[in-house]
Amino acid sequence: MAKNMAEDQNINQNQESQEDKFLADENKKRLVTGPDGVQFEVDPMQDYFCDKRPETDAPKNKIVEKFLNWARAESLWVLGFGTGCGSIEIPPLFSPRFDAFRYGVQMRPTPRQSSVIVISGYLSVKTLKRAIRTYEQMQSPKYVLALGSCTINGGMYYDSYNTINRVDYYMPVDIYVAGCMPRPEALLAGFNKLKERIKQGRAEGANEYAEQFDWYKANQKKIIKNWNMPDYNW
Amino acid sequence: MGLFIVLNWGMLMGATMRKIVARVAHRRGIPFYQPWLDLVKLYANRSSISHGVMFYLGPVFRLGGGVGIFLFLPLIYGSAYFSNFSWAGDLVLILYFQFFGMLGMALGAGEGGHPNSVIGITRGLSQFTTVELPLTLAVISIALQYNTLSIHEIVAAQQGGFQNWTLVTNPLATAAAMFSLLGLFRHAPFNLVKAPNEVPIGPPTEYHSAFLGVLRTNGAILHVVEAALFMNLFFGGATNWAEFILKTFLIYFWSVLVGVVFPRYRIEQAVTWFLKIPLAIGVLAVIIFI
Repeated sequence: MAKNMAEDQNINQNQESQEDKFLADENKKRLVTGPDGVQFEVDPMQDYFCDKRPETDAPKNKIVEKFLNWARAESLWVLGFGTGCGSIEIPPLFSPRFDAFRYGVQMRPTPRQSSVIVISGYLSVKTLKRAIRTYEQMQSPKYVLALGSCTINGGMYYDSYNTINRVDYYMPVDIYVAGCMPRPEALLAGFNKLKERIKQGRAEGANEYAEQFDWYKANQKKIIKNWNMPDYNW
Repeated sequence: MGLFIVLNWGMLMGATMRKIVARVAHRRGIPFYQPWLDLVKLYANRSSISHGVMFYLGPVFRLGGGVGIFLFLPLIYGSAYFSNFSWAGDLVLILYFQFFGMLGMALGAGEGGHPNSVIGITRGLSQFTTVELPLTLAVISIALQYNTLSIHEIVAAQQGGFQNWTLVTNPLATAAAMFSLLGLFRHAPFNLVKAPNEVPIGPPTEYHSAFLGVLRTNGAILHVVEAALFMNLFFGGATNWAEFILKTFLIYFWSVLVGVVFPRYRIEQAVTWFLKIPLAIGVLAVIIFI
């Protein structure tokens, strides 16, 4: 019995060191001396990040929600985050030729303020990690627009060793825009479809993500081997 | 009531200016009601997170700065109701309130902990300090000229035709102040603080949802009341709302006009620019009255 417990502890320690292996130095537990000379332990993964699970915020009053959804749809703030070759299709949207400002589509440079993330093309495993972190840092309600064939079934990278094939295994996608690459017009049409969906109250991706959190996390961790961040990134 | 008008006029003015900038770039631009939609969306966001007490207080301080200026600024000359709480020394108080919001925002954004906001604050405060110099000199100059620190009395002294405006009677102070206005409104040559459309958005990087909503509300109020301050000091004030709207629009338009013509300065260029010609004009404007 005692031997078993010792083995268990060994296994646990091994698992921990396996997880710690990927941690950056600044994220490891350490002793810090404060300005007043008091020593205290800092565990960045616990102290600097919040590991609270996401919660669902169900829409409440139907009429109010309809009005709010209209406002949300007409004010889409797109995160300036390019993942694949499709990221080059986004800047022309704000040029005189396509002028997405007409439709209430605006760029934001920070995930905190944006409501739409455009997965613009293939996602390598490395980028997937960043995309997940970014998606989780956005404030709900948030929407995902997946651009290009690579996000649907892998496209021309379907058998690549380090790109994922379907984005909606890892985050809830609201709208797909097919093509390789879709032109900016197609992306604009995608934004307008997304607006329709939001107005109908069907774009509840953030809630879906919170409800199916375990499933999404399992999928993500299956792909990302060096998972060195908290499970939920605020 | 006054605040309601000022807020909505600020939103409409902001949208109009963005439309003007868009037309200059051969775009159609945002619909004129976009700022209201953005505001509704921001306030209606379902989640928001905090980085601490000061993070909460930052936007509150900023809004306090904007509303503080509004409270002590006479909007309409001759109207007891729209003179708000203006009193004998309100000019000094308003200059103080301008810095108050900046400092609160600096503390709040600092607690957000994002490197971009720290860079934004550093840029913002250093630029604002140099912007204040010519403005303060211009204010001292007109305080010496009219022998008062009350905005109401300064406006009263300018009544009776545009030949009595400070613009005509004290052109040097007006010039110094109009240069510093470019920095106050932070349009194109001096918009490195927020650097829109670039990766760092400056101080509000971490602000989102209702926090950003409060900041946006304050932005709309602040633009109008600062334009109104300049209107009162240099352009004879306003006796009715139509005059108020026309004059604040033109004053704001001045900064946008410069903005669409000139490209963005780097921060050290902006700081040295304010310390050269505008400061020299400001010093000259004060020396004349000593």
